[in-house]
Amino acid sequence: MKITLQQISFFLILASLVILPFVNDSRTLIILLTQIFIFGILAMSYDILLGYTGIVSFGHAMFFGIGAYTTAVMLKQMDATLTMFLLSIVTGMFFAGMISFLVGLLTLRLKSHFFAMLTLAFSGLFLVVAEKWRSVTYGNDGFTFRAPDIFKERITFYFFVLACLAVIFIALYRFVNSPTGRILIAVRENEQRTKSLGFNTLHYKVIASVVAGIVASLAGSLYSLSLRFVNTSVLTMDITLDALLMTIIGGVGTLVGPLLGAGVIEYAQHALSGLARDYPIFERWIIFFGILYILAVLFFPKGIIGSLRMLFWKWRSRRKGNKKSPAALPHKKERFE
Amino acid sequence: MMNTLLKLNDVHTHIGQYHILQGVNFEAIEGQVSVLLGRNGAGKTTTLKTIMGLTPASKGEVEFRAQSIRKNPTYKVAKLGIGYVPENQGIFADLTVEENMKVAMRKEDTSALERQNYVLELFPDLKKFWKKAGGHLSGGQKQMLSMARAFINDSKLILIDEPSKGLAPIVVEKVMEAIVEMKKQTSIVLVEQNFIMASRIGDTYTLIDDGRTVHTGKMEDLVHNEELKRKYLGIG
Repeated sequence: MKITLQQISFFLILASLVILPFVNDSRTLIILLTQIFIFGILAMSYDILLGYTGIVSFGHAMFFGIGAYTTAVMLKQMDATLTMFLLSIVTGMFFAGMISFLVGLLTLRLKSHFFAMLTLAFSGLFLVVAEKWRSVTYGNDGFTFRAPDIFKERITFYFFVLACLAVIFIALYRFVNSPTGRILIAVRENEQRTKSLGFNTLHYKVIASVVAGIVASLAGSLYSLSLRFVNTSVLTMDITLDALLMTIIGGVGTLVGPLLGAGVIEYAQHALSGLARDYPIFERWIIFFGILYILAVLFFPKGIIGSLRMLFWKWRSRRKGNKKSPAALPHKKERFE
Repeated sequence: MMNTLLKLNDVHTHIGQYHILQGVNFEAIEGQVSVLLGRNGAGKTTTLKTIMGLTPASKGEVEFRAQSIRKNPTYKVAKLGIGYVPENQGIFADLTVEENMKVAMRKEDTSALERQNYVLELFPDLKKFWKKAGGHLSGGQKQMLSMARAFINDSKLILIDEPSKGLAPIVVEKVMEAIVEMKKQTSIVLVEQNFIMASRIGDTYTLIDDGRTVHTGKMEDLVHNEELKRKYLGIG
């Protein structure tokens, strides 16, 4: 079996992340990395929609919130054990899958902008329900709950989330490189043409929506457990915008890009808010963040990964000194390496 | 005996508020190249899109193998065995040539792989750039890939829209040769502005003007009918 450069990189990064807590046991670092992994999972799920299928959804927080609330409610109402936690993840994924299937079936027939607005409406509906159903959700005040004993140690939770991230990354990588994944890319590129080739594109868009919903729900479950707290903020537009920006800044349609985007954004949030202690101007760090977003979108529209790939191609074609020859242009396999 | 594969009877199509097709009658015969001719904006491309269900007919009948397909969604029309090569080729730019072919191949069985080998012999350039992203191909290579994709499934009929558009004369020759080869295995409906090309490979013609069928017959008759050519095609 041939081992690719991608596989080697993946295992090297994974091994470094496994070793890291033994080298540097800073609690802040562990918590920050755990958050990055969780939002990395969310951003990858959004990439399935935006990057691979070309669907812009403003309601992705809905699935994140379903996962977060399912885990929080189950752990609060029942025993806070590992089994219950795992069961809550599966239950959340099931509900998210069902709801994304139904919402997808109802809305994905529409043109992209109408779809985006409808997902926003559905997400808003879930937010209102969570705010009003106080007997279960405690509304906007939210509630705390106990985590399973095994996760009392932050480091155990870190490893659990890292394992989830690795499994989801491999699963999604295989998914986007499968025949179904190729059809999703075809839908993104030219939906009418895909229909003309004999594919019911609605069917494939619903598949993408369900996969993205299920993975987002997992991220939600992990997020609520990381805080041991949940409130309606998990269902707000901010979560969707975070996922969207992580995907765009990292590079759409790359899977690795959103992971990197999650890292950049979570770290920037952490660093900028940390600076506020010494420099009061950074108390308004969100403004700097906004500027950062604008600059990133203006100067790196293809995201970090996309821009790096472009630079690599340019470097290669310059090296070959034959810019216009088709042979100098990148082959698909090379683009991944 | 000649079998009618596709039949359009008094087809009307609206796009938004515009009444584009206002009575198109057309027949495609099995084993032949049936050519749709007409000036720019006459309704030829819309006719193909109507057959595919991309711009469904508002009135009239579209029959394929004596079965109505007028209300079928596009993917069902394609599954019945109608391949479509659009004017703009519709290549998936981010997928390699190989992946473009695999997406088109609904079922990766022996016969599909045999057809793939056959089209790769017809279009050796595709083999050469097998791992190259579709977006990086030249116009002619994209046209070849688009035709190869339509041919890879066991299509009974292939609709080809303006295959010579924007291509260099030498590439047009290649495309023409390929269509002649493909004709041996399938039936073809061709929309073409290049009358020389159309007349060399077409068996029958249908003239469309202002969204209506105005004349139909054998291609050899049209070649010698200077009046028709002058009136509806602006040549001769």
